[in-house]
Amino acid sequence: MATTMPGALPRAVSDTRGSMLRVLLAYRRSPGLMVASFAVPVVMVVVFGYVFGSAMQVPGGGNYREFLMPGLFVLVAVNGLIPTMVGTARDAGRGITDRLRSMPVSRTGLLLGLAVADLLVAVCVLVPLTAVGLAAGWRIRDGFAHAAVAFALLLLFRFTMTWVGMCLGLLAGSEETAGQLAVLTFPLGMVTNAFVPTGGMPGWLRAVADCNPISAVVAACREQFGNPSAPGGPWPMQHPVAATLLWAVALLVVFVPLAVRKFSSHGR
Amino acid sequence: MTAASTDATRTAGTARTEQAAIEVKGLHKRFGKTEALRGLDLTVPAGTVCGLLGPNGAGKTTAVRVLATLVAPDQGTARVAGFDVVREADQVRRSIGLAGQHAAVDEGITGRDNLRLFGRFHRLGARRARQRADELLERFDLTEAADRLVRTYSGGMRRRLDLMASLVTQPPVLFLDEPTTGLDPRSRQEIWASIRELASAGTTVLLTTQYLDEADQLADAVAVVDHGMVIAHGPPEQLKAAVGTRIEVTLAEAGQLVPAAELLAALAGGEPGTDPDRRTITVVARGGLPVELLRLVRELDAAGVAAQDVALRSPSLDDVFLALTANSIERAA
Repeated sequence: MATTMPGALPRAVSDTRGSMLRVLLAYRRSPGLMVASFAVPVVMVVVFGYVFGSAMQVPGGGNYREFLMPGLFVLVAVNGLIPTMVGTARDAGRGITDRLRSMPVSRTGLLLGLAVADLLVAVCVLVPLTAVGLAAGWRIRDGFAHAAVAFALLLLFRFTMTWVGMCLGLLAGSEETAGQLAVLTFPLGMVTNAFVPTGGMPGWLRAVADCNPISAVVAACREQFGNPSAPGGPWPMQHPVAATLLWAVALLVVFVPLAVRKFSSHGR
Repeated sequence: MTAASTDATRTAGTARTEQAAIEVKGLHKRFGKTEALRGLDLTVPAGTVCGLLGPNGAGKTTAVRVLATLVAPDQGTARVAGFDVVREADQVRRSIGLAGQHAAVDEGITGRDNLRLFGRFHRLGARRARQRADELLERFDLTEAADRLVRTYSGGMRRRLDLMASLVTQPPVLFLDEPTTGLDPRSRQEIWASIRELASAGTTVLLTTQYLDEADQLADAVAVVDHGMVIAHGPPEQLKAAVGTRIEVTLAEAGQLVPAAELLAALAGGEPGTDPDRRTITVVARGGLPVELLRLVRELDAAGVAAQDVALRSPSLDDVFLALTANSIERAA
């Protein structure tokens, strides 16, 4: 059959689009998937915002849900790595990865497609979650330019997490192992400033929480949305936007090449 | 596809692969402490079906993975459709189709989606990919289920879709890694019919299988693989002839099994197997030893053995396989 072989860049772009199409088709064919994607965060707003929030003191006073929402936005971004990880592991375990690798495709292009598609899914989840947050009393207090920065940082972090998810999925190699790994993201999200100020934690745990990249993103979002946040803390907490950008670059520099390498040499 | 482009590809295919579609020399591959391939040699002429036959862990799958550019060999060379699997991996990938032990299709989307996507990844272009998906669905009788999620397909349907996915580009060389493992007999027959059709259209097929009748049914030549090497290679008939005639005798009385087995062992020069329940003795005559039915019956009669049934059969590939692997075990020991 007549298959022309264009240059490396058009090939990569074409494979990125194909790979995106695959993810988006899965959402289109099973609309329930998308509902599940934003049902969980909405439940979290209720559980954390109203159940835990009823007994929470916010630094500097104010509405706990206004303190909580930036944390939930970030946790949703972090949890985005789970479907990516499980999906990548499923592909590897069921031979789809091998089939793709036996085709004349751009490896980087394929993986980039997964990441970009996940970004679109993230936007689809952020919109209703923002609406729920507004309904629960959360507000953007520092103008739309700053809010836009916060949303951009959220999406950047989600993009970073997708690459981490692909690496972990390829390492796991099977859907079952990946499912078990997913449980580990829970403590990673909890030992942060997302739900409570770190000031009340024991010293060693506070140090861990303050250095957690998730805390940096949460602090950056609180700063940009103008929501209440705890003062002080180490450098990343004082300069959360810069810390978020540094973390994102560092994680991408490590995990993008690692994912591509893992994908290309799967099963060797 | 236009007729012109088909012809152009076919011509290019034959030009590249005049002697052999697959040419493997001294392939070695080690995974940690396991030597999966230990000097595998194999030549598959263009347009033929070759069956790679061997037990689990013999190295069949690793061989296919090397040929499909999924695994780099430690030593040795392999050429597919005239291209080196390491240095010209991209050209190899454009010339092959791969269907595996898993039905490697996406379950979360429809059958048609799967075929269109794989067409895209093969750079057919959106319109051509759509046409090709329709053609394949029609030809493999999957049109009705085309717009259902693959999750709802039966095992046989998934396997058929998997085979179709490997045919999106009409590749000159097709690798099928245990294409019917775990399928019911009817689905198996359907896959066999498809493979025969592809072969008659000129596709070179390398097929791994544990099912000896599968190789017998489909393959022009069989390569028996054991411990990472080809231990025998040839047309199924030739391999069977090398092993010799299979003699099956059913006795009237179970009490005569032992003397009858001794007699048959002396006549055939092979190790007899007895089944007391069915009162049968089976022995494969040593390669080349002529066995005549009449003489067999006379000798049994002279020894006072009452036989209900005496039959000479050509050996099954099972016999071939057992004879060959028994040798390799002896050699190793």
